[in-house]
Amino acid sequence: MTDNQNLDVLEPSTEPVKKAGIAHRLYTGEISYDFVGKRNRWYLISGIVILISLAALGFRGINWGIEFTGGADFQAPAQVTATTIDDVRSAVAALNIAGDDLSVTTIGDNTVRVQTKTITTDTEVTAVKAAIATAVGVAPESVAYSLIGASWGQQISTQALIALAVFLALVMIFIWVYFREFKMSIAAIVALLHDLVITIGIYALIGFSVTPATMIGVLTILGYSLYDTVVVFDKIRENTHEITNSRLTYSVAANNAVNQTLVRSLNTTIIGVLPVAALLFTGWFILGTGPLKDLGLALFVGMIAGAYSSVFIASPLLAQMREADPDMVEHRERLARRAARATEKSVHKPKVKPVTVALGGEAATTTVVDPGTLGLVSAKELDAEAARRQRSKQTRSQRRK
Amino acid sequence: MATTSRKHSHPLRTLVILGLVMAGLYTLIAVSGVWTPKLGLDLRGGSTITLTASNSTGTGTVDPASLELARTIIQQRVDGYGVGESEITTSGDKQIIVSVPNVQKDDLLRLVGKTAQLYFRKVYSAEAAESATTPTTTATPAPSATVSSRPSASVSAAPSPSTTGSTNKRPLPSLPTPVPSPRPTIPSGTTTPLAELLKWTPSDRDNTDFTNFKCGDPFPNVSDQALITCDESKTYKYLLGPALIPGNMVTRAQAAVPQNSVAYVVELQFNSQGGADFQTVTAHLASQTSPQNQFGIVLDGVVISAPSVGSEYSAGIAGGKAEISGSFTQKSATDLANVLSYGALPLSFEVSSVENVSAKLGGDQLQAGIIAGLIGLALVLAYSILYYRGLALVVSLSLVIAGLLTWALIVLLGQSLGLALNLPGIAGAIVAIGVTADSFIIYFERIRDEVRDGRSLRTAIETGWIRSRKTILAADSVSLLSALVLFVLAIGSVKGFAFTLGLTTLIDIAVVFFFTKPLMTLLGRTKFFGEGHRFSGFEKEHMGTSTPPLHSSQRRGALAVGGEA
Repeated sequence: MTDNQNLDVLEPSTEPVKKAGIAHRLYTGEISYDFVGKRNRWYLISGIVILISLAALGFRGINWGIEFTGGADFQAPAQVTATTIDDVRSAVAALNIAGDDLSVTTIGDNTVRVQTKTITTDTEVTAVKAAIATAVGVAPESVAYSLIGASWGQQISTQALIALAVFLALVMIFIWVYFREFKMSIAAIVALLHDLVITIGIYALIGFSVTPATMIGVLTILGYSLYDTVVVFDKIRENTHEITNSRLTYSVAANNAVNQTLVRSLNTTIIGVLPVAALLFTGWFILGTGPLKDLGLALFVGMIAGAYSSVFIASPLLAQMREADPDMVEHRERLARRAARATEKSVHKPKVKPVTVALGGEAATTTVVDPGTLGLVSAKELDAEAARRQRSKQTRSQRRK
Repeated sequence: MATTSRKHSHPLRTLVILGLVMAGLYTLIAVSGVWTPKLGLDLRGGSTITLTASNSTGTGTVDPASLELARTIIQQRVDGYGVGESEITTSGDKQIIVSVPNVQKDDLLRLVGKTAQLYFRKVYSAEAAESATTPTTTATPAPSATVSSRPSASVSAAPSPSTTGSTNKRPLPSLPTPVPSPRPTIPSGTTTPLAELLKWTPSDRDNTDFTNFKCGDPFPNVSDQALITCDESKTYKYLLGPALIPGNMVTRAQAAVPQNSVAYVVELQFNSQGGADFQTVTAHLASQTSPQNQFGIVLDGVVISAPSVGSEYSAGIAGGKAEISGSFTQKSATDLANVLSYGALPLSFEVSSVENVSAKLGGDQLQAGIIAGLIGLALVLAYSILYYRGLALVVSLSLVIAGLLTWALIVLLGQSLGLALNLPGIAGAIVAIGVTADSFIIYFERIRDEVRDGRSLRTAIETGWIRSRKTILAADSVSLLSALVLFVLAIGSVKGFAFTLGLTTLIDIAVVFFFTKPLMTLLGRTKFFGEGHRFSGFEKEHMGTSTPPLHSSQRRGALAVGGEA
């Protein structure tokens, strides 16, 4: 009977739906990606991306919008033609207000935008509005503008930094209280900072201007990135609830948790990103500028980075930190002793052999832990032999206590 | 189904209660008669001006009471400007936000941003205003107030003879004056000694203009020039001399009832320079006859009060302290004290940002926001149909309920709290579609996990719920936390984003608990879902329960350890 089952594994039946099968096999561990064990690889990848981000930040810098630098921004409806930009530019330049600092662009084919950092008073605004309106042939009332004082950006940045600090502190406390595990707080915060740096780096790389909406987007990412992390951590907590009584190391249990929530993480990320993509799309292609685009891009990048970091950074980091704890070191030593005994036993118990033989390549390592006794499979699914061994494991662990 | 036991009535009851709550919300909306949310100015056009106050002494923080007073004064100015629907609010600890819809007037900025001008001027003439709308009233006019020295026990409670009906006895020049040159609109910059200012007499032109002046006529309010203006109620018009004492010399003003008195007075205190000037001025005024023994307290070109100085103070009111008495009520005394305090307001304002959105751009932004929302919704639904098949019905129904709840609450909050939906707010709602759908996914995946662990679907719906609701609550708490922090700390329009994000997160929790879960319980009893029918999202192949999982669990153990080695 065991032989038949092993054949099933080797030659997957054609019956199950392929896509659905993956989710199931991830859950049962039939397919398991080693997220925790190969952590150095992920750290390296993230490290490179972060370096690129920092380099972009250092060399290209952030393109601050006028909300941060102060100045004025005018938008007028216009039938954009080849000469629109020049017409508007010369009309505004003729006023001798803005000097050389004048940026005229078009948004789509129906809006012309004038930005300058030197306009500060309302009389200048009135004059520039009139000039633009005449140049494109509309009434001055239809020219929209915003005027930003020089210190406004400073205020917004200060508030954003305060919000960031307050949020990080609250999140640390929240996770600590909820999971009763301070190392989870640290892992989550590291993952958050990871997302933050990458998002800002990509902004610098693309050269989009940073507006208050961008800042709010970036701050929202923090919440969203954490959403994923909380879901994964919740499963890790569940899997490692009585880890010292199980035969799994923390890393293995954590890796199982990541695999089990992988489909969930993927789905929540896709579902979360879809509306944001819609936001980015309309902001970019329909409006051309404004809060939708700024928020959209920051969220889009941040959410993807957030999903990546909760799987590839937060969980391995958490496992790494927990494994360094004395109780986990002790637990691993105990498992090693137990494994040694199991190896001795397995020599006298050839019954387990067919499994290891059938699995071929993994045979060498299979003997370390007796696979039939893993706690994550309900008793119903185990054969009588496995159930019996499960019971014996229970009594032994109780004896250990 | 209908014959089921008590246990079964539970989810239905929850759904009915939710239905009643929603019906209640929409009844409220129907009663109010407004079915659409209040839109922010970036969606319907208008001007938003953000002013940042700073402490003009250079140090210290902005006193909330001062900020509120400044807000009131700006509100009065904007109201006086004649634009409807304006909204002036304070934000944070030092911002004042002025929102005026559908206005494209650039001078609004000047009006709002300028520093309030409070001056004590000398009244030269006072007359009942020839206003068509206000016939002579018997209401206590401003001129009936008197100024007395504060420590004086003999408070002149009796109003000085009212100037009601007094006419300008000065013969008017009969010659038609040629078209006059425009009056100066900015002060000359030279300071004239106080003694000179007191000797000021109106020019012929001032007199002519005064005679012809009607309340509401424009007149430049320049500190070193004559001023012709009315009081607040437009019952009197005044010809006032140049400013004698600027309002910023007032260090304190408050309404009070002095001992041995029952009437309200306004107590006034000047700084040392102001006190000295005040003494000089009162000494001069005490020697005059009505109405020239009156002060005009002028804020932004409007006479707020015109108290007279009794002849007993021929030496002037010394010590920098005075009180204004008259027939004050508590409110009128407080109002006057507030105005006087404005001179003492240690605030200066800077225009931080002006956002002027034309009606067309506003409409475009609204349209884009709606399009983005629809695309987002369609994408989420398409994905859930693709992945969850029949369960997409649950997702879409839940999203519909969440949408209806969000709409109702935003409309109602717009009505009751004046909360306007702006573009970042719409963005927040769109992002929330994802957050809301995420909760369902966590629940659905958990049900599948439970089924994989060997539970029956009906049991899995219950046990999966018990386990996933903790995760959902934890994840939503984080969202809520970030929304809250953003809302409290954000400046300006992004507050709208934080608000809708927070609101929709709360709605998400309500929907998952009171709609999705009971609905799942009910659906679990139907054949289609309960037996894992094809396309139900619970079909066996989809969950993978068709293959006995023993071997796979063995394999997992092998792999997991292999990874660790």
